Amino acid sequence: MNKRIPHWADVTLVPLVSVLLAFAISAVLIWAIGESPWEAVKLMVDGAFGSSYGWGYTLFYATNFMFTGLAVAVAFQARLFNIGGEGQAAIGGLGVALVCLYIPWPHWTLALLGASVGAALFGALWAFIPGYLQARRGSHIVITTIMFNFIAASFLNYMLVSFLRPQGSQDPSSPRFPDAAALPKLHEILGLFGIPFSKVPPVNISLLIAVALCFAVWWMLWRTRLGYQIRAFGASEPAAQYAGISPARITIVVMLISGGLAGMMALNNVMGEQERLVLNAVEGAGFIGIAVALMGRNHPFGVFLAAILFGFLYQGGAELALWTGIPRELIVVIQALVILFTGALDNMVRVPIAKLFSLRRAG
Amino acid sequence: MDMATFAQVLDSTLRLATPLLFACLAGLISERAGIFDIGLEGKMLAAAFLAAAIAYVSGNVWLGVLAGIAISVFMSLIHGVASITFRGNQLISGVAINFLAAGITVVIAQNWFRQGGRTPSLTGDARMAPIDLPFADALADVPVIGPIYGIFSGHAPLVYLAFLCVPATWFLLFRTRFGLRLRAVGENPAAVDTAGISVIGMRYGAVAICGVLCGLAGAYLSTGLSAGFVKDMSAGRGYIALAAMIFAKWRPWHAMGAVLLFGLLEAVANRFQSIEVMGLALPIQVMQALPYILTVVILAGFVGRAIPPRAGGSPYVKEH
Repeated sequence: MNKRIPHWADVTLVPLVSVLLAFAISAVLIWAIGESPWEAVKLMVDGAFGSSYGWGYTLFYATNFMFTGLAVAVAFQARLFNIGGEGQAAIGGLGVALVCLYIPWPHWTLALLGASVGAALFGALWAFIPGYLQARRGSHIVITTIMFNFIAASFLNYMLVSFLRPQGSQDPSSPRFPDAAALPKLHEILGLFGIPFSKVPPVNISLLIAVALCFAVWWMLWRTRLGYQIRAFGASEPAAQYAGISPARITIVVMLISGGLAGMMALNNVMGEQERLVLNAVEGAGFIGIAVALMGRNHPFGVFLAAILFGFLYQGGAELALWTGIPRELIVVIQALVILFTGALDNMVRVPIAKLFSLRRAG
Repeated sequence: MDMATFAQVLDSTLRLATPLLFACLAGLISERAGIFDIGLEGKMLAAAFLAAAIAYVSGNVWLGVLAGIAISVFMSLIHGVASITFRGNQLISGVAINFLAAGITVVIAQNWFRQGGRTPSLTGDARMAPIDLPFADALADVPVIGPIYGIFSGHAPLVYLAFLCVPATWFLLFRTRFGLRLRAVGENPAAVDTAGISVIGMRYGAVAICGVLCGLAGAYLSTGLSAGFVKDMSAGRGYIALAAMIFAKWRPWHAMGAVLLFGLLEAVANRFQSIEVMGLALPIQVMQALPYILTVVILAGFVGRAIPPRAGGSPYVKEH
């Protein structure tokens, strides 16, 4: 009954086939609205990877998705579905804004440190309540995190309109952060090594933080006691409990880590790009984290690769909208199909692949 | 607040509660059969688009409503195939459906109408005309009774249908054999299977009904409540409906109460910038967040515990 797939095929073949299916359906959609899928792919690849300008935007978006993808992946490891990345990232933005606006930082390095703490703390706090309610009161974490996304949006709106907005301004956004809190852009960093890079894209030092976090999360999950407990809990709650792991503690700790990671996305978009807090700064990146984590098989390295892929889709999609009649929302469709095939229709892809392997073994 | 404003707020409460009620009952039936559905939002959005598009092209709102139902049922079946046949994660499938609808409606709307992802405004027979209840005109000038009757009169047919769906759902679930089996499938599918009834069939049935109701919700949104489709017009209503369902603890009559409360909150938030309750000025954002906050409180079990159907969310695997 239980047909085994070799591990290498499980982590490469299954997601790859799922993504190809998602792309194939998207191609049919592009064709159906009277555009050429081949031309679209060429435009997207060229727009995302054809210049350092394109690369800059691709990496900027990928940075966002690494943070939110890691957030979802860590929770999935404990078999918790955190849909609240969107809200946690938004509240993380509030943390960044408060730290940058109200503390006079002498240098960006210190500001970055302070903002990281603020972002992680606020994001973690926003995830703590659903985590606590799941652990202690048994409220379904999926529903509570969805509700907290909406509560976050209203709360942020209220904070911006009533407190952070400068006097006399109509625009619901905070004042600009001081210059000392401006993060170095990638072209400045690469400039130190004499590598020329476009000055336009907002990609900044948070990219390096995101990459470092991918490594840190891997270390945490596979090299520490906590990581072992998280994975054991995810594999089997009764077994973990029998081994003396407290389900309530793991649930809360995992949600704190997950929310902290999602909150830290604000370093990239709020501190790095906008340099002020605006309404709806997250723009769906929290949800893309779900697709990224599913595609990356909840492994930090997979998340890294999937984040780059979605960065490419985002930047390529923007170019597509600029030069053709295909709106940006096409990317949302691709994202939905990736979630559908890698997440919900996993068995549809897995079972035929498993059959192929068992045929090969038999023959 | 004077009498006329009061009547206006209640009037719009009924209209705003209608899409919530359809979607809430849709989710209720699906979850009673053990299929979690967080894709209500997406199905509603897809139905809103296709209903408006077909109503515009054909000039007949009822063709639009049928088209809305059809697309919503189709998306329900995707959810069914993923979560029943392939035993996938129902929550992930629901998320996928929400994004699928959010993206594809704009892509196709832009392709068909070239108006930045919206449909042209609906006029005349392409929009849902209100029904005046009998004697509404004659009673209008009668004090007290007139204005109250006026609140209930003059709504689109789907408003009345939505409220008729409440006793209908109750009857279906609690007074028919189908309903008994449907609830059993959500609580203890193995027992239903032992009795020789197809768990898969029952669940597909529930998912299809859910699709029809979400289709009505969406169609009303774009042809009744508004006059045309705009991008993301469901605006989280699918999630509010989900909240109402939990708030009502999966019971039809309570669901009506919950959506009326949430509809009232929305109507008040639309009408006033801030509202004073016992000398305390509540900002509008609190009104907007209140349905979600209330749901979290209910879920946390501080005010009566909300316990979902026991087999909810898990695919049924027949024993061998």
